[in-house]
Amino acid sequence: MSYGALLAALALAVAALFAASLLVGPAGLPPGASLRALFGAEGRALVLVMQEIRLPRAILAAAIGAGLGLAGAAMQGVLRNPLAEPGLLGVSSAAALGAVLALQTGLAAAFAPALPLAALTGAALAAVLMLGLAGPRSGALGLILAGVALSALGGALLSLALNLSPNPFAAAEAVFWMMGSLRDRSMLHVVLALPFLAAGAVLLAAAARGLDALTLGEDAAAGMGVRPGRLRLLVVAGTAATVGAATAVAGAVGFVGLVVPHLVRRAAGGLPSRVLPAAALGGAAMLLAADLATRLIAPDRDLKLGVLTALVGAPFFLHLVLRLRREGAG
Amino acid sequence: MSLMSLADLTVFRGRRAVVTGATLAVAPGEVVGLVGPNGAGKTSLLRGALGLLPVRGRASLAALPPAVRARAAAFLPQTREIAWPVTVEDLVALGRLPHRAPGAGLAAADRAAVAAALAAVGLAPLARCRATELSGGEQARALLARALAQETPLLLADEPVAGLDPAAQLAAMATFRALAGRGRAVLVSLHDLGLAVRHCTRLVLMAGGRILADGPPAAVLTPAALAEVFGVRAYFAQTPEGPVFQPLEVVA
Repeated sequence: MSYGALLAALALAVAALFAASLLVGPAGLPPGASLRALFGAEGRALVLVMQEIRLPRAILAAAIGAGLGLAGAAMQGVLRNPLAEPGLLGVSSAAALGAVLALQTGLAAAFAPALPLAALTGAALAAVLMLGLAGPRSGALGLILAGVALSALGGALLSLALNLSPNPFAAAEAVFWMMGSLRDRSMLHVVLALPFLAAGAVLLAAAARGLDALTLGEDAAAGMGVRPGRLRLLVVAGTAATVGAATAVAGAVGFVGLVVPHLVRRAAGGLPSRVLPAAALGGAAMLLAADLATRLIAPDRDLKLGVLTALVGAPFFLHLVLRLRREGAG
Repeated sequence: MSLMSLADLTVFRGRRAVVTGATLAVAPGEVVGLVGPNGAGKTSLLRGALGLLPVRGRASLAALPPAVRARAAAFLPQTREIAWPVTVEDLVALGRLPHRAPGAGLAAADRAAVAAALAAVGLAPLARCRATELSGGEQARALLARALAQETPLLLADEPVAGLDPAAQLAAMATFRALAGRGRAVLVSLHDLGLAVRHCTRLVLMAGGRILADGPPAAVLTPAALAEVFGVRAYFAQTPEGPVFQPLEVVA
């Protein structure tokens, strides 16, 4: 399959899944009327469901999935490690910490946007720390170690917050939030997340050329005019913006950033500049599909998105490992 | 006019000076062999010359902005790394990055440079294979082709022939001489002194982070220098087949 055909097929899949995401839901609305309602041409209740409930959910699934796929591909590219993923920077655990604190303190109950705002604040703090730690002289290993340290710190503080939670319900609420979901998200969430996701995408797209050169190692890339330190900062900033926004509105959604780049890499020809767009489309498709599945498999049990991506992602990853072993490639 | 000049260059790895007081110039038409035992500072000299390590003193290439430097000199590092399953063709085309505007595809000149580089290393038949599935020697040739495709006036190559079969080694050295014949220049670090004396127009001998000698092969690889620097005795003669060099034994 040519690269153009791959992108076209993925774009088609995204479009189909986006439409399905708009048309599937507990209200069981007729498709034709639903689509007309999207543009405000039906009864008030239908318009409300489509414009206020299903549309933001579909937009968020597509945008966050695309962002996570992009960030995963960029992280793997900059670290030249197929096991890298966007969560590695510690930004997602810091965002989760912010969100859980907002839940625990009751801020989120008093003022709905407090939760995503607190999560974004947490992500921003972690991003600033990472950018400081991942300076030009730190190298790829320094970046990984700083991310591991920050993730561990975020995880520990998260446990502490749960440990000290005022009552078991608060703890359960926080735990459920962390499993990730796109249920009951509004246009406010879209407005909060999209600017960061867009900024992240711009930064990561700007890194594509440098990531290509980095395929041959840092010295070779530097010899081709790339500044490896600047490239790392670009990817860290782009990933932080993406993951921070994604976690703030959807909770922790794992495995998309890790698995999707692998699924498209060989078909895209291996070069990061070609894997990035394919991974963005693949991520959007995967998250739209996963979010649809949460609604179809157990509509009344509020199946969590992060649980599902991990459930589907892990076997996929095992399959890739087995294929790699069959091919005898290390 | 020199393509690269170092004046009293000290190169640091961390706080330690790994090259001290290096002065060196490379002019068009030269194939300069950088020789010396392990740990002599050859790689550090090359990296310092490009500004990839912190330096004190003057290095003409290190003073350039990276994007300009990438059109003045290509660097083939010793570490052979291909992180992703890219085709040989795509790998070699990476060498054209410094010549392409961001977002621009391969122009006709880029395609010609890639084809010429592939032909120079004899990998044209494998152009569409995945580089990660080739043998180590073939990968080394593909990476050399990438540096050639950069089409810079100067090529800095760090042990480009290590691990290659004899034919590929000779072909690589012939490629370097052909570049020099077209008015370009190559600074190449080598452990194979036999190849160095036959194919380099000039040798630079390093040990302990210093340049000890710089001149024609016969003037640099004297019996005394061989014993002192490399700890070997060698057969080195001018024959009808050209200069022949063969290390014979370790001297105490």
